[in-house]
Formats: sequence, structure tokens, C-alpha cells
Amino acid sequence: MKTTKSVNINPQPVLNNTQEKVGGLWQDVIKRLKKNKIAMFGAFIIGILLFTAVFAPFLSPHDPENGILTDRQQPPSSKYLLGTDSQGRDVLSRIIHGAGISVQIGVISVGIALIVGSLMGVLAGYYGKWMDVLIMRLVDIMLAFPTILLALAIVTILGPSLKNAMIAVGIVNIPRFARIVRSSVLSVKETEYIEASKAIGCTDIQIILRHVLPNCLAPIIVQTTLTIGTAILEAAGLSFLGLGAQPPMPEWGAMLADSRGYLRQAPWSVMFPGLAIMLTVLGFNLLGDGLRDALDPRLKE
Amino acid sequence: MSQVILEVKNLKKHFPIKKGIISYKQVGTVKAVDDISFTLEKGETLGLVGESGCGKSTTGRCILRLLEPTAGQIIFNGQDITKLDKSKMRLLRKDIQIIFQDPYASLNPRLTVGDMIAEPMRNFKIGTKKTQEKRVRELLEIVGLSAYHASRYPHEFSGGQRQRIGIARALSVDPQLIVCDEPVSALDVSIQAQVINLLKDLQKEFNLTLLFIAHDLSVVKHISDRVAVMYLGKIVELANYKNLYREPMHPYSQALLSAIPIPNPKLKKSRIILEGDVPSPTNPPSGCNFHTRCPKATDICKVESPVLKEKKVSHLVACHNLDN
Repeated sequence: MKTTKSVNINPQPVLNNTQEKVGGLWQDVIKRLKKNKIAMFGAFIIGILLFTAVFAPFLSPHDPENGILTDRQQPPSSKYLLGTDSQGRDVLSRIIHGAGISVQIGVISVGIALIVGSLMGVLAGYYGKWMDVLIMRLVDIMLAFPTILLALAIVTILGPSLKNAMIAVGIVNIPRFARIVRSSVLSVKETEYIEASKAIGCTDIQIILRHVLPNCLAPIIVQTTLTIGTAILEAAGLSFLGLGAQPPMPEWGAMLADSRGYLRQAPWSVMFPGLAIMLTVLGFNLLGDGLRDALDPRLKE
Repeated sequence: MSQVILEVKNLKKHFPIKKGIISYKQVGTVKAVDDISFTLEKGETLGLVGESGCGKSTTGRCILRLLEPTAGQIIFNGQDITKLDKSKMRLLRKDIQIIFQDPYASLNPRLTVGDMIAEPMRNFKIGTKKTQEKRVRELLEIVGLSAYHASRYPHEFSGGQRQRIGIARALSVDPQLIVCDEPVSALDVSIQAQVINLLKDLQKEFNLTLLFIAHDLSVVKHISDRVAVMYLGKIVELANYKNLYREPMHPYSQALLSAIPIPNPKLKKSRIILEGDVPSPTNPPSGCNFHTRCPKATDICKVESPVLKEKKVSHLVACHNLDN
């Protein structure tokens, strides 16, 4: 009825029909990320970590938890590639099984931080006023404690276990997410398309979920990647102090703690878990840095 | 006389200026819109012109309640919308839409064009998913794009095309009133003409009422039935576009119109050049806002603020010099 004829205007130039239409923004990012060799090295390390975590039972040559006591503190050899620890357990097998635990720690604790922190950040940034003051002062209080001290306090309250260590590491990382989400919400909130979404009758929840958050994704992704690295490190720290993974669980931090007394006799049993932690954190940091560069539009040629 | 669709009565929008770190106090107000009144009839276009910072856009945003007015009434179809609560206002947004100035900033970069145009319909639960999709395709054709553009993202379009998407989005819910907030000032001149003509045609086709905000007088002349001239938060002259362009009565309108270039080098035209800058809306001059720059200012102008009065048939002016 209303739309029988199209109104007379000059014909539009036909858009060039390249196939890069769906998700064009993210394709650019991936393209740029692929050019970054250092970031790809980080991604490669993470790939190996994930592969190891998934296929640990098939990859490990020995039982990670029950050692052969006669083979205690064996140096690296063809039988035990990375040597054995003070209880005769194969270090390589324990590192392989520990990969899964580290991935789990990274994902779960950062997941907690991401969800709670983003929610706090969105509420503070979008609604502002007293909500902002309340949430951000709470965040400031959390930031006033050194992270490992705060994590220690939380684990002490909850009791030492791997699960509680993950919760503690999650909680101490909430402020980072709350702050970063709040600041990007604040800038996105002022854009005209948010005003437009109000004008077309979106409710606050629709505006937040459809318009605000998708435009804050870039910094959130970068922060997530970088935080996984630190979270693994923090959880290893807690396990080292005996507050995280409990023996005989093959957690890397706990392995360091178990073996540190034998640093002179069996340096390999300390060195290799340490190296595993270092490489994993390095991998996440390199990928995170690369993602930040790839997502930053100012670096676009 | 046709039906009045929108009546703005004594609308004011004052922004507080707050300063201080410990004691966060209000140290002043910016009187962005200071007591303006006008009416809009169904099917007409009212042009709102004035220089930057005179409160044109603020007026537009107050009418949609994207900004809360400080005082005054906005009566839309007999209902004072300044009194509506949030959820009732949301439902009313179906009838009042806005087209934004910057086509690069007003479209969410993460949504496809189809999603974007369908969103208002989803929000107001108009039709089923199928009919919404059909309507999106129709709207794209109406504004001069193609139906297959629906699956694309905004960054794949030029400025003019993006503005058409914005227009399609505003049209999707069949609004009665559209506030056009400088819809063409960010576009090339050749594209401006296309978009203006599109808006004119759409107005005829859908019997739209437009509040057309612009700073470009030639653009306003082309599309408006009546024109209101704003200066520092106040309307100084409101008249039929023919009367206003033929014989502007307010000194500010005269100066403004004398600035329009004439595409004829042989024709000499006297240009009224205003002295000084626009005074700050934080501390507007006493009496008539314009007396600091007015070539005809007298003593009364410094003391008393002139009222917008009908000086000729449907030609309202706010100036003391025309009173006698």
C-alpha cells in the first residue's frame, strides 16, 4: 500500500561485491593478528597447552601420581625424559597432567572475574551517580590490597583447596574487569547510536546487551587473555604456599613447593614445572599484547 | 486549519555547571534553551535555524526526551509528554523519531543494517519476524538502497548511504513526527540535495511532520513550510518561509539572510556583518539577548527582554524596534 513505488533519487553506486561481508570487523582483526609473529608464537604456545590438557592421559608416559620409589630423583634420561622427583614420579607426566589443571584454573577463575567484574563495570558505567560511587569505591578497596595477600585471606577463610584457590584468584581479579568495562561503557554510552537506541524505544537491558557491551568487547577480550596468564601464576603461587592444589595433585605450583627442598640434588624437578608456568604465562601475555595491537584502530593502516 | 500535532510551550533546558573536587557545587547554568514556544501542524515542516550552540539540537532532543527539559510543556497529540513516566514514554517513541546529524556515529557498528532497521519494529512488537524482514527490504528500497544491503554492516557504506539507513530506521515504525537534527550537514553538497529530496518525497508519501534543524539557510529554505530563527536559546523570529526569506524583520535574521551567497557575480548585495561573538549562554546579556551585537539596539533592549509577537499575519518577531 505505502511502498509500491520507490521514491525517485539518483541511483546509488553499487557496492563492490567482495565476499568479506559477514563479521567484517573481526576479520580485519584476525588478519592483523596473523601478521603479528610474536602474537602467533603466543597462540602456538597456548595451542600446545590446550592440546596437552585435552590429551594428557594419552601423552604422559608414566603415572603422574604414583611414583616408583626405587627411581627417586633420577636425572633426565631416556626412560624419564625430564627426570623424576623425590617420590620417584615422572616430572614430564606430572607436567602434562598439570596442563589441564592450569587451563581449568585460568578459565574458571577468569570466568568468575569476567562475569562479576563486567556486571559491576556495566552497572557503574551505565547508571552512574550513586551506583558508580558505590561500586567503584568497593573496587578501590579491593585494589588497596596486594593481590596475593587478598587471595591468601580469601583462601584462609574458605579453606585450602584447588576450588577455593580458583574462587580467590577470581575475586582478586574482579577490579581489573570492573574498571576496564566501566571506562569503555562510559565512552560508548556517550555515542550517538546509544542515543538512537533510546529513541527507537530500547529498554535499558536491550541497550546494554545489544549496543553497549558488543562495542566494549575489544578491551574485554584483551584483558581476559592477559588475566588468564596472571591467574595461572597467582593460583600457582597459592598452591606453592600450600593453599591451592593439595598433594598429590600434579599442579605446577604445588610441584615447585614439593621439590624446592631438593633443589641441589634434583634441580630438574624444580626447573621444569617452573619453565612450564613461565611458558604458559608468556604465551597468554604475547597473545594478549598482540590482540591489543590488532584491536586498536589507531594502528590501522 | 489543520490539526496541531505538537505544541511546545515555554520549553527550557538549563545545564548545571558543577565544579570542585571535595564540595561538588553548582557554579552556574548554561541556558541552552530558554523559554521557547512553537507549534507544529500535521504534515508541515518547521525549519529551526541558528548558529552553533544556540540550542537547536537541544530543543530537538528535549522533544524526544533524550534530554529531560528543565521546565515547560511538550504537548504531542494533546498529551503532555514531559509528565510521562519512563515506560509510557518508551511506548510513545513509536510516534516520534529522530534522524541524527552524524551518519558515522549514529549507527551501531556491530549490527547489520537489517537488524538495525528491524530493531524499532521488534521493540514495539510490530508484525512477525517475516513481515519485519519484508518491511526492512521495502524500506531499503524506499530510501534508495537495495534489499540485499540488509546483511551488510554500516562500515561498508558511504556517508550518504548511512544517512539513508538512519532514515529507514526512523521510518520503520511509521512515526507521525520526525525530528531531523541537521541530517545533511555532515554530507557532501551533492549528497545533501539527494537526501533533502528524499525527505521531501517521503514526507509527501507518508504524511510526515518534520522538525528540521539546520544551520544552513538554503537547505532549510528548500524543505520548510515555516522557519524559526533561534539565537542564544530563544526564538527571535518565526514565519512562513516565503515571508522570512523575502522580508526578514528581526535584525539577526536580516544579518543571517544577507550571508547567503548568491550565485551571480554581477549582482551586488549589501552584507550585514555582525560585530563580536555570540555571548556565552552561561551569562547571557540582560534584556534582549541580541542587543550586544544588534546594529539597531536602543536603551530598552538592554533592560527588557522582547516577547515573540505577531507583527504581520503569521509572522512572529521578538524585537522592541518593531513595536511602534
